[in-house]
Amino acid sequence: MSRLRLEPRASTPAWLGLALPLAALAATLILCSGLILLAGAGVLPAYQALASGAFGSRFNSFETLVKAAPLVFTGLAAALAFRARFWNIGGEGQLLAGAMAAAFIGSQAGLPGWALLPGMILGGAAAGAVAALVPALLRLRLKVDDVVASLMLNFVIYYAMLALLDGPWKDPLSGYPDSPDILPAAEYPMLWRASRLHLGVLLALLAAPALWFLVRRTTFGFALRAVGDNPRAAAHAGIRAGAVLLVVAALSGALAGLAGVGEVAGVHYQVMAGLSPGYGYTGIVVAMLARLNPLGVLPAALFFAAVATGAETLARTTGVPVFLADVIQGTALLCMLTALLFTSHRVRWQRRGGEAGH
Amino acid sequence: MAAPLLELSGIDKRFGAAHANRAVDLRLDHGEILGLLGENGAGKTTLMNILFGLYAADAGTIRIAGQPVRIRHPADSLAHGIGMVHQHFHLVDRMTVLENLLIGQPGRRGRLDRAGALAKLASLGERYGLRLAPERLVETLTVGEQQRLEIMKALYRGARILILDEPTSVLTPSEADGLFRALRAMAAEGVGVIYISHKLAELRALVSRVVVLRQGRVVGDLALTEAVTDQQLARLMCGQDLAAPTRTARAPGPTLLELQGIGAAARGRHGVALDDISFSLAAGEILGIAGVSGNGQRELAQLIAGLVPPRRGRLLVAGQILRRPTPRQLRRLGVAVIPEDRLGEGLIAGAPLAESLALARFHEPPFSRHGVLRLAAMAEFAAAQIAAFDVRSASPGGRTGALSGGNLQKALLARELAFGPRLLIAAQPTRGLDVAAQAFVHSRLLELCRQGGAVLLISEDLDELSALSDRIAVMHGGRIVGILPVAEADRTRLGLMMAGQAAAA
Repeated sequence: MSRLRLEPRASTPAWLGLALPLAALAATLILCSGLILLAGAGVLPAYQALASGAFGSRFNSFETLVKAAPLVFTGLAAALAFRARFWNIGGEGQLLAGAMAAAFIGSQAGLPGWALLPGMILGGAAAGAVAALVPALLRLRLKVDDVVASLMLNFVIYYAMLALLDGPWKDPLSGYPDSPDILPAAEYPMLWRASRLHLGVLLALLAAPALWFLVRRTTFGFALRAVGDNPRAAAHAGIRAGAVLLVVAALSGALAGLAGVGEVAGVHYQVMAGLSPGYGYTGIVVAMLARLNPLGVLPAALFFAAVATGAETLARTTGVPVFLADVIQGTALLCMLTALLFTSHRVRWQRRGGEAGH
Repeated sequence: MAAPLLELSGIDKRFGAAHANRAVDLRLDHGEILGLLGENGAGKTTLMNILFGLYAADAGTIRIAGQPVRIRHPADSLAHGIGMVHQHFHLVDRMTVLENLLIGQPGRRGRLDRAGALAKLASLGERYGLRLAPERLVETLTVGEQQRLEIMKALYRGARILILDEPTSVLTPSEADGLFRALRAMAAEGVGVIYISHKLAELRALVSRVVVLRQGRVVGDLALTEAVTDQQLARLMCGQDLAAPTRTARAPGPTLLELQGIGAAARGRHGVALDDISFSLAAGEILGIAGVSGNGQRELAQLIAGLVPPRRGRLLVAGQILRRPTPRQLRRLGVAVIPEDRLGEGLIAGAPLAESLALARFHEPPFSRHGVLRLAAMAEFAAAQIAAFDVRSASPGGRTGALSGGNLQKALLARELAFGPRLLIAAQPTRGLDVAAQAFVHSRLLELCRQGGAVLLISEDLDELSALSDRIAVMHGGRIVGILPVAEADRTRLGLMMAGQAAAA
């Protein structure tokens, strides 16, 4: 009998950094093909439909990018916070806070037109930051668990939003529990004529390298990684962990808030109950898939968005339920987490009698 | 002649390019206490981990009482009667002594066999003098008592072979004597003991035979008699002669550090409050701080490092009164700190070595400018320090945590000494290091003093303190029991003071 055995690695080869995500992707597609067969479709046609639904035409590619933009922001928000061991699960609430601030500012007819977009971006980022500072301050001052506090705040913000939408903020024109539309001057300009590819997509694309630079190349990033990796050593080196935590929380919340700004200014032009299909939570998974690397957030978010848009075509053409998208996303995360094991460990085959006694 | 209790033959183990064990043969007889000697990285830990089932050997045979066995998992080694006491204990703090013995033991029809365990506990006390009250919570035990519990756990599970890794580093001299008595009693009943230590004096007191490893090979297997000198053993271990660093009498310079009636509150569950601590330390001087671990040495080091503010008294560094010192303020005044826990407090295991080495000064030139890191300067600095301090198998981009204990300590020392400190707080700077690495650290501390620096040396190794210090202060219960010039500090007197007897001062 031969057995598998895991052993710690002395060092991690560089090529693994690229090979492992690809291997995880391949494993995901292989594992999910069983479900496709079960649904009565062919594996290759199904994946073809998925790919063409996501990238098959300019329209489809743009839809995928528009879906990826909020995931990039919430993914960056989680990646930044987790890197410093601030467990911000509140991306969803911070996104909604940013969206509400943007919708409020964007509908102020009293503001000059040129001030609307900058005001929405700054206001949305600030609202997200405030929402994230609440659990950070609770943790610092009262030692409240940040996971629970930030998660629970999601519901507080969501239901407060519903109460507003069903009360003082209800659109008097439509009568639906939606906020009034923002002013035309408050809409994100489109990057491509007659498409839905809005400015927020470009902002998301720029935010990832900017955040990578912040984390990897600045003294603040050094301090935040030190606090995340070894808070005691950071304290010995004179880094004030509390101050780092607050800045990280504010930045993380601001990024999630920008996701909300983009959904209001670029996609829906108002706030309503279904504004976010859980982008805040999916962002956490995106960040994990990206191994908390801000640059990795881009492909991870794109992958999630592509699976989500592609699944609709898949369902239309092959009859495989759209829920396969969720399965693929979940399986991808599990495969990636498994793959990560091999950066620190390696597998060894051990043949019968290989160790002792022959 | 009966088969030996344990016989390893031809054990071979590689990790990639590193050859950790090369055809190692080792024999342990019934009732024998065997010393296992070797530098850090010589392969002792790998060998013991193979024996304990954490690693699989690439080749070789393990025989217990003549029978070949296969050990693939710690559970296998327990089943074959091998027990291991690690340097770091594996106990559940919130459980009692008895419950810790019962963890993982099969119960009787789903219930713990308390009566049987109590009887067995009593017999351990009778046979080996290992006694602990069964209902005490582990968190109330001293470090020495926790170690005793680890040994009792191994014996409780029927260990016939006991492996101890540097067991006395956490014990007072009298606790160490108690441990030796227990080990001799076990040996008298046929238990075999493998005793890993760097302390030659200890080995001479306890073992009759030593096996010396160097670079993964057995380079010596000899009876430890009077005829074998320490020099010979050191040469076997290092492959070369080592000159012991010598302390020369120095005229003390200006006072660099002064504590006047310092008090500080206890922090955390195992914290110790500091009470009325006064001493001064002059340029060119080494002040040793002796004491059993957990008597306030850690808190004292943290206070002088600027991590804990003093609640009472005055702290002066280079003549300046510091009311709420911060780590960065202290660094600007020329204070360097080697924390007790290298990986826990000093370096960052997951980060590249270059970043660990820049940790204390990343916010200043040359490591950064206008808030942007200068990776090239960090890498250059790391490469220079690696070369200057002979940090083995290290590169600026390599993971810090991949280094062995001795090399980690060299790296930390390099970082702290790089910018010419005036005062070095060194907490347990040689704990777990081999003879060569110890000598290296000692020579650097002495060199700092020759250049007009001062060292506060916190150590649990009395030999080290006596060899290096000008004066030795003894701590007990968060107070300083007394300060002795090194000439008057003999072991007995220090031992009494460490137990809290001020009269001995």
